[in-house]
Amino acid sequence: MNKVACIGAGMTLFWRRLQETGKEMCWEAASMALDQAGLTLKDIDMVVLGSAPDAFDGIHMKGENLLDGAGGAKKPYMRVFTGGGTAVFTPIAAWWHIASGLAEKVLVVCEEKMSSCFPHPQSAFGHIWDPILDRPLKPNLVWIFAMEMNRYMTAYGIKKEDIARIAVKNKRNAADHPCAQLPDANITIDDVLNSEVMAWPVQRLDISPPSDGASALVMTSEKVAKKQSDDIAWVEGTGWCIDKTMWTCRDLVFPEYVAKAAKQAYKMAKIDNPRKQIHVAEPYDPFDYKECHHTEGLLLCDKGKAPDMTKEGITYRDGDLPICPSGGLLGVGNPIAATMGIKVGELYWQLTQQAGKRQVKNDPEVGVCQAWGDLMQYGSVLVMRRG
Amino acid sequence: MSERIKHWPGKRLSSKELTGGKVTTTKTDPKVKYAWACGEAMSRFLEELKNGKLIARKCNSCEQILFPPRMFCEDCFKPTNEWVYIKDTGTIETYSISYLDTDARRIKDPIYVGVLSVDGASELQGIMHYFGGVTPKTIKIGMKVKAVWKPEKEREGAITDIKYWRPLRRGEE
Amino acid sequence: MTFLERSREPEAHKHWYGDMEASYVYSTGIAGERFFSTLRDKGKILGATCPKCKKTVLPPRMYCEVCFSEMGDWVDVGKEGRVDTFSIAQVGVGGEPLEEPVVYGLIRFPKVEGGLVHIIAAKPEKVKIGMKVKAKLRPRKERSGSILDIESFKPH
Repeated sequence: MNKVACIGAGMTLFWRRLQETGKEMCWEAASMALDQAGLTLKDIDMVVLGSAPDAFDGIHMKGENLLDGAGGAKKPYMRVFTGGGTAVFTPIAAWWHIASGLAEKVLVVCEEKMSSCFPHPQSAFGHIWDPILDRPLKPNLVWIFAMEMNRYMTAYGIKKEDIARIAVKNKRNAADHPCAQLPDANITIDDVLNSEVMAWPVQRLDISPPSDGASALVMTSEKVAKKQSDDIAWVEGTGWCIDKTMWTCRDLVFPEYVAKAAKQAYKMAKIDNPRKQIHVAEPYDPFDYKECHHTEGLLLCDKGKAPDMTKEGITYRDGDLPICPSGGLLGVGNPIAATMGIKVGELYWQLTQQAGKRQVKNDPEVGVCQAWGDLMQYGSVLVMRRG
Repeated sequence: MSERIKHWPGKRLSSKELTGGKVTTTKTDPKVKYAWACGEAMSRFLEELKNGKLIARKCNSCEQILFPPRMFCEDCFKPTNEWVYIKDTGTIETYSISYLDTDARRIKDPIYVGVLSVDGASELQGIMHYFGGVTPKTIKIGMKVKAVWKPEKEREGAITDIKYWRPLRRGEE
Repeated sequence: MTFLERSREPEAHKHWYGDMEASYVYSTGIAGERFFSTLRDKGKILGATCPKCKKTVLPPRMYCEVCFSEMGDWVDVGKEGRVDTFSIAQVGVGGEPLEEPVVYGLIRFPKVEGGLVHIIAAKPEKVKIGMKVKAKLRPRKERSGSILDIESFKPH
């Protein structure tokens, strides 16, 4: 397999409603990534686009609608979709374009426009449930997360305040992100615990908001990267895995599918002790408990011990293993696929020392990011090393 | 470059600006209707609900009793072998107390909802359903529950033929 | 391999019925805002020109899809174009027969890439590929900043 580099990243503001159309957001983010890589659209061999359910934008075949803004017109182009997992799976798809030797310069674009859907993006989420078993019960998507969170907390005897601390960390981190939708430098654990109960145990400040946004990366072969850039992060490992269809028949306590994806990526990256060899992590955090769930799935701590890491200060930007230094989905926002900008994009900026106020203090050499999707069953994992 | 990037694009709109005529918009209301094929397993499952019974499928290869029933076992990737009636009692595996309806509108009387495993099916074979006769204080993971069925005349072959699951009473099976 | 059993009950449930409960409000975007508000307020149809490729495109976009430059000059493309191709609709969107057939066509404008899809207000037998047509706008107070601010294209 050929070596694959990331040499540029860009993203729009994440916001509940942006005036730009989906394709206009794509173009804004893609142009930024190209500028950073010092390339133009003409240089690009192939384009990979990621976007989650069509039902948010309200445009079926969204991939087709977004392609010109993503730079795909008259080029080899594909859209990938693994729900929320798309955020990290899209650059994985770009990686195999280059690792296989098929392409040298790939533009990677992710987009989500959730503001189109009325009365609420939840109405579109309604269509992802099983129509016979689940939908007649008129579910809200928050329910399944609430159920998973309850099972996780009960299995390990975890207190709500120890999970709320994650939301506080990420929303405070987001105060340093120029694109953030819900930053709060002064938020406290009590604010989270006193916020409106949506679906117990999930409260309003445990949740990331729906957002509009786009993000982009430029990924290249080793030859192009070395010629083009001094700010290189290498893609060292990739992994992906999915749990079974019947969500009511899954283990809701430990995300085995994330662990399998992580093991695949670590093996490729020659990492045998992730706790020691990973220096910064961007796990998917649409809910505060999900950061814990995924930190455990990424094998960065023992089962049920993730909340303790934040309690002990390990996961802050000045800690031994900073987690979600970007501010995460909880603080920066959750335009599903476009969170690539705060997962893979952030890792790129952190590893190349470009994160500014968000820069972690432990001089990171290797980082991992992960996204989570489909009906809470999909894990995509990507490991990067600084150039 | 994150620090070197001077301009982060995006034009913010408020809800009022988007829907109140400040900017031009187009609106659609897709009127799409579906008839989802239930397939063999779900058709029988729904028919049995009308009879007030829960039915599962057994895989002879891994000996699991699969519920909700399916005609193939996703672990063995083989067709399942026989129909098995299971009980209408079970255990709460997890639950939530929801103050949100399906469109994220706030509701005053919460919905108790969760995943339960049903007695007679294999481990981790369950469904999502409502719970009743519980309060935020009394509902617990691990609680034994029993189905409360709609009267026979009102059943239509739907998951909602069970109104909810209530705590199992002492001495009850 | 096949399932080991099949239902022999013709009355048994075979389908579950439902619909997609969601509606949508789409913002027209940065380019769309300029295009539609100009159409509404000034009754003009605008195209956008790429400063590098020098091409004018319709509908106007914020960026050039070929070279990714931000669009430069916005120009009035006029109201007169030619029918590039057309179709005669005999049935409506739900498959229902229409009382009168409706002609839809792609209208191209001189020296402009792209065009507009719209209704051609003419008898089906009179419409020809290449024929000249002119946009008929709705009166100012009926215009809302929508593609329907153009009522139709009429033979010219």
